[in-house]
Amino acid sequence: MIRFDQVHKRYPNGRQALGGVSFDIAAGELVFLTGHSGAGKSSILKLIALIERPSRGAVLIDARNTATIPARGIPRFRRDLGVVFQDHKLLADRPVADNVALPLVIAGVPRREIDKRVRAALDQVGLLGKERSAPLELSTGEQQRVGIARAVVAKPKLLIADEPTGNLDPELALEIMRLFKRFNEVGVTVVIATHDHHLLERFAARRIVLEDGRLVEDHPPAGAAA
Amino acid sequence: MSRLAARLSRHAQTLVGSLGHLARHPVGSAMTMAVIGAALALPLLFQVALLNANAVAAQWNRAFDLSVYLDKKAGAGRVQVLAREIGARPDVAAVRVITAEEALAEFRRTSGFGKALDALTDNPLPDTLVVTPSLASSTPEGTAALETALTALPGVESVQLDTAWVQRLIGILHVLERVALLTGALLGTAVVLVVGNTIRLDVLNRRAEIEVMKLVGATDGFARRPFLYGGVWYGLGGGLIALAVVALATGLLAGPVERLAMAYGSPFRLHGLGWRLSLATLAGAVFAGGIGAWVAATVHIRAIEP
Repeated sequence: MIRFDQVHKRYPNGRQALGGVSFDIAAGELVFLTGHSGAGKSSILKLIALIERPSRGAVLIDARNTATIPARGIPRFRRDLGVVFQDHKLLADRPVADNVALPLVIAGVPRREIDKRVRAALDQVGLLGKERSAPLELSTGEQQRVGIARAVVAKPKLLIADEPTGNLDPELALEIMRLFKRFNEVGVTVVIATHDHHLLERFAARRIVLEDGRLVEDHPPAGAAA
Repeated sequence: MSRLAARLSRHAQTLVGSLGHLARHPVGSAMTMAVIGAALALPLLFQVALLNANAVAAQWNRAFDLSVYLDKKAGAGRVQVLAREIGARPDVAAVRVITAEEALAEFRRTSGFGKALDALTDNPLPDTLVVTPSLASSTPEGTAALETALTALPGVESVQLDTAWVQRLIGILHVLERVALLTGALLGTAVVLVVGNTIRLDVLNRRAEIEVMKLVGATDGFARRPFLYGGVWYGLGGGLIALAVVALATGLLAGPVERLAMAYGSPFRLHGLGWRLSLATLAGAVFAGGIGAWVAATVHIRAIEP
């Protein structure tokens, strides 16, 4: 599903974020990207979402080299990808249902179909009945679940999350993780960048450990499942 | 529902949604529309003034009589014969006879040269016919044709048609029309720039929102749409304000102008902009708003990358 081949990333300010990272993630895997802040976790997610392009090396998504995707092809590419952000990135002036519907509206799905799928997505994250609420009326945990509903509403095969539990207390973080686990169980490939040790210990998942832009450890799934 | 219908309904939603966005920021939106309204009202008022000046000039042109001066040698009887003959013409509405004696008496009364005139042994003034063209012949071409016909009549010394100053006035009005057009073009450009700048600020204010949209797969075109419609609403609102200003101004002036015209014995009434020009104004304002928004939104949305 995802292949990084000797990927280097140097930002215009000269900072070297990735120095030759290679790994493969198969379809249907659940993977934690971990390491200290600045280790390169976010850079990897940005390269997957085509927010950034590699300076050297190749990033392949679904067997397709992302270098072959032109700028005008990026919107289309992103519609097949679910992204969850640490700060949710919800539109504060629109109700929950409109936030979740956004990817479908952009993709041109008919209105009736949208309503149905938005309710289904909200049901999956346990927020059915909150359609008309404003995002800021919800708790942080609920806002993050709205963000997840938005990421999965278009049924992507690949879901990436950048520190999705960063702002949450351990209880809520676990709840969010169980959600990701459930999507993974129905076949979605899930990549989560996190440095939350608590989570890493509780969930049996592959761990890719980064340090200063290099891959230092790649642990296969082990340990107790929550 | 077909794809086209779905597309149209999404556009309609965005159109209404962008109106809602303006309504949530009433002060800023109203200010922008007011600026556009003021910029458009100026050339429109100029245009209305020109329309009316042209109408007045046309009436003056029409009101002209021809003065037919008879040959001194034609004799006293000739003037009455000519008066009947000319009065029978289909392109003539009325003929008035001013005999040489009447003319001299009038001149003596108004000129103040009474004593000097007494020294004359002969009346130097000719008999004169004042010919009013019929309504159908009251065009510049009609009066010119009548002038030629009258000059050819036996016993006529000369015919005078003094419309030169009206022609000059019309010439001046043509120049002013060009000036109005230029002013309109300049202020139309100002509308494009005002809307462009407003939309630029809108885009920057909603930067986070545009970023999120792009992250979940929106094209630049999709992100641009609400701003484009925003510009259309600004243009429409500004155009309506401009029309209201013009209507108010003509409404306030109509009464005094009518009384002034009546004092001159003219049936003249103040013309408004008319529905054709009003519609053209609205269409132009909407177009200018759309162009300004399109350019600003395209440039600034392209610059926003997540």
